[in-house]
Amino acid sequence: MAIFVDENTRVAVQGITGRDGSFHTREMMEYGTRIVAGVTPGKGGQTFDGPSGESVPIFNTMEEAVREGGANTSVVYVPPAFAAGAILEAADSGVDFIVAITEGIPVLDMARAHAFVRDRGARLLGPNCPGVISPGKAKVGIIPGQIVTPGPVGVISRSGTLTYEAVAQLTAAGLGQTTCVGIGGDPLIGTNFVDALEAFASDGETEVIVLIGEIGGTDEQEAAAWVSENLDRPAVGFIAGQTAPPGRRMGHAGAIISGSSGTAEEKMAAFEANGIPVAKRPADIVVLVQEALSA
Amino acid sequence: MNVHEYQAKEIFRAAGIPVPPGEVADTPERAEEIARGYGGTVVVKAQVHSGGRGKAGGVKLASTPEEARQHADAILGMEINGLTVNQVLVTPAEDIATESYVGILIDRKTQAPTFMVSAEGGIDIEQVAHTNPDAIRKLAVDPRYGMLPHQAYWLASTLYDDQALAKQASRIIAQLYDAFTSAGASMAEINPLISTDAGEVKAIDAKLSIDDNELFRKPSIAEYRDLSAEPWAETRAREADLSYVKLDGNVGCCVNGAGLAMATMDLVKFYGGEPANFLDIGGSSNPEKVVAALEIITSDPNVEVILFNIFGGITRCDDVANGIVAATQSIDIKPPIIIRLTGTNEELAIQILADAGFSAFTSMDEVVQRAVQMTKGN
Repeated sequence: MAIFVDENTRVAVQGITGRDGSFHTREMMEYGTRIVAGVTPGKGGQTFDGPSGESVPIFNTMEEAVREGGANTSVVYVPPAFAAGAILEAADSGVDFIVAITEGIPVLDMARAHAFVRDRGARLLGPNCPGVISPGKAKVGIIPGQIVTPGPVGVISRSGTLTYEAVAQLTAAGLGQTTCVGIGGDPLIGTNFVDALEAFASDGETEVIVLIGEIGGTDEQEAAAWVSENLDRPAVGFIAGQTAPPGRRMGHAGAIISGSSGTAEEKMAAFEANGIPVAKRPADIVVLVQEALSA
Repeated sequence: MNVHEYQAKEIFRAAGIPVPPGEVADTPERAEEIARGYGGTVVVKAQVHSGGRGKAGGVKLASTPEEARQHADAILGMEINGLTVNQVLVTPAEDIATESYVGILIDRKTQAPTFMVSAEGGIDIEQVAHTNPDAIRKLAVDPRYGMLPHQAYWLASTLYDDQALAKQASRIIAQLYDAFTSAGASMAEINPLISTDAGEVKAIDAKLSIDDNELFRKPSIAEYRDLSAEPWAETRAREADLSYVKLDGNVGCCVNGAGLAMATMDLVKFYGGEPANFLDIGGSSNPEKVVAALEIITSDPNVEVILFNIFGGITRCDDVANGIVAATQSIDIKPPIIIRLTGTNEELAIQILADAGFSAFTSMDEVVQRAVQMTKGN
């Protein structure tokens, strides 16, 4: 099994004709993801050529992508100024799952978008995230397909390349994954650690969950409490930003220690206190996963 | 992006919030002139992107224009938390009857602009939240409807029992919400909001942080950026679309991706070294970005070794390697550079780098250990 995306996922790509959208659409198709529609206002009626000569219909609206293309998922590669609008349109179209890759969306736009998406009953992943991949089944987003392999590990992370680093090391050690989820580096995100943990908890094939957090906010602390109260299988953790100074934004809009809150130390302590062993270096994640699986 | 108090006050005034007049001076003489214009007692306030100005001696009362000049002379050029004061705000002193706190920020939990108000003014709100949380009233605003009149009144009525004052505060709270959203802010604060003996409610301080992601559509706000308040390296990084934060160590770090960049700094520390900086070069192999990154890192005289940590992912490692070689040929770099690359075409990339005379690795642990050894003379 897998969470969020699998062989039944039918994707509409919002912003399919843009530079990033077209590049990653081909990557997703090469991985075997079913791309059923592209959406670019004003380019309806055109088609997008896939890597093996497939032809993907382009629509003006998400409503058509759902009604005519049969999409049940959307992925957003739209530039920041228009990305929140694209998310609202996706939520209105009736898709269940929206993945927002775009970095740099104004946070007030996202405050409105999150409220709207919640009311429509859709799940949003991101924004400012690498997306999600269920090895051997589907990838929606930009996670490189060659670093993953099927197996029993679930991965949840706030970051992009750090996730790739950790997942590539797991794969090299023969530890495959059910699904790898990048929840995003923004302060306001649609799917947080607890949401992703709940999804993994109902997945029979996930035997251990890796939580890769970073400074800023209290999402990891809440995840730690949730794990100790609800999770029936082991989890291991890693936190980036032990050397980050307070009050400075470390690349990600959400990676900032405010006052004394959101430090790596408090997050690592929350993990340890709730029975989640913490890797001191990325390479130790593999060791902790091996220990958890053999316990 | 932080704006200065006098700039935040301009934005607040434009939203209708009662803010006492004030003018900015960059010389003691100008401060004296402004004080003479107002007559009576004035406050001379350091304009610097830092809290704790009062404690640092950056806020002074002056009962005469001459005294205003003397205070301005002392404050201008002063360092507060490492930042030099280049300007002072001169503003008439107010008769303060009561002080309270009004703030709004984007709250992660409620995922909405969220007000915090307290009848205890002139305080560190974070400290009060810990020690006396009942003294704070909180309200999350639904950003689709905006601030509703009864919500503003509910907040205001925690500040004042007197209805005349509560009504003024209610209007100010609604105006602060408008200022917050129209400026594209991530945080706005009036601390303190005062009532005067004459029964007026006013904002005598103003703090505002702008969401950097808003600046592309708020050109008038973007103009408030004070380049003199920012180190050169940060200005250069922003222009080159890189994220850079200077630290105190000697291992210069250049990494693709913010999470991996933090993990690299942490690993430097783990192996007994000290990172000199956070730098996220992003997903591109563009040699111009590598050049900018190297200029920024080497502008820090503490840097003894430069460590690249690149996870190829979808970017091809040989492209990145060619970018690094091209960049280092175009500028003169003194500290040694060592590079770790992994991902698509990593063997080819290592060969390209080795041919150009660089130490190249595929393991993150190995390259970080080596970088730390090099700073210890090994």
